[in-house]
Amino acid sequence: MATPTLDKPAGAEAGADHLVTVTFRIRRFNPEVSDQASWQDFELAIDPKERVLDGLHKIKWEIDGTLTFRRSCAHGVCGSDAMRINGRNRLACKTLIKDIAVLKDGRGTKPITVEPIQGMTVLKDLVVDMEPFFQAYRDVLPFLITEGNEPSRERLQSPADRARFDDTTKCILCAACTSSCPIYWSDGQYFGPAAIVNAHRFIFDSRDEAAERRLEILNDRDGVWRCRTTFNCTDACPRGIEVTKAIQEVKRALVTRRV
Amino acid sequence: MAIDTTRAAGSEFSPDNPAPLIEPPRTRTPHSPRATRTNFELYGWLFMRLSGIVLVILVLGHLLIQLVLDGGVSKISFAFVAGRWASPFWQVWDLAMLWLAMLHGGNGLRTIINDYAQNDDTRFWLKALLYTATVFTVLLGTLVIFTFDPNIR
Repeated sequence: MATPTLDKPAGAEAGADHLVTVTFRIRRFNPEVSDQASWQDFELAIDPKERVLDGLHKIKWEIDGTLTFRRSCAHGVCGSDAMRINGRNRLACKTLIKDIAVLKDGRGTKPITVEPIQGMTVLKDLVVDMEPFFQAYRDVLPFLITEGNEPSRERLQSPADRARFDDTTKCILCAACTSSCPIYWSDGQYFGPAAIVNAHRFIFDSRDEAAERRLEILNDRDGVWRCRTTFNCTDACPRGIEVTKAIQEVKRALVTRRV
Repeated sequence: MAIDTTRAAGSEFSPDNPAPLIEPPRTRTPHSPRATRTNFELYGWLFMRLSGIVLVILVLGHLLIQLVLDGGVSKISFAFVAGRWASPFWQVWDLAMLWLAMLHGGNGLRTIINDYAQNDDTRFWLKALLYTATVFTVLLGTLVIFTFDPNIR
């Protein structure tokens, strides 16, 4: 099926004056070439209303095909492309060039730095080993646990009960919070904000019956008590989850032994 | 923890000879800490909050009395301390301040050591030093407060 297209107007290039020139400074690592990571600069002409992910695509597709990064949906839902952009953890697919680049006369005054998220082993370029992150996630039993026979109809819940954990249902497991946590950086044994958020999601669910077990898991040495409330996680969350508040609610539930 | 990144000359990294990787955290090894199932960390956390609040009153009150009121620092002498410790109230005040400050600071340093000491041996010796210093200071201070003799020559 042919898609009807308009003939390009004669002055197609003239339409390019909305583009700006920015430099992407990307942290590259390839274990098959060197054991050291290094910075590489790419200069791009890009629409400032496009996203960092579009810039990375442009580099990968048009300049250097070896650039490696994760992305699936590219629209802020799958959580694959969390990376450290200009020193802050963000989703590349939700970060607009115009919001992070200081533009002057159609040029970015400073390069946009793109690094892999911190605290996890870098496999290549911007791809890190997420296994420790998901191990911590699995450790908090992130699924509905009930006892007795299955009900023959849906498990009802009042809007007020649903609202208690509404915020933590928004997590997309991008690891932006966990990899921004200085306690997680220190030895990687701390459960991390994302795992606690997903425990919170079930601890405060009135339909779930294993809150006690999850609280016990998070009561341990590497559980919620290692949180120093630095709020890095809340700042980093691309979904706007109040992560530190959720962690504090778990702490309160542990102290008062009441969910 | 530290991995060897030096290599013999001429041995380039390649698909068959990739650079060494750091072992990911949280992998289950025989050395992984076992779940403890105690409330120690909970009580430690609560203690830090509660002792912190009490210490604000105790320490600020102490500083105010010692350094600001009634002539300030120039009034402090052996006789001033002896006079204060004649009263059980100030004995208890100073004792509480000593114990809470030492345990509060000791627990704070314990968490910092847990966070930043990478090596198991380093961690053990730093903690041994910390606990020794804490116990020594607490016991010595307690001894002085209770056995203080104003007539000492």
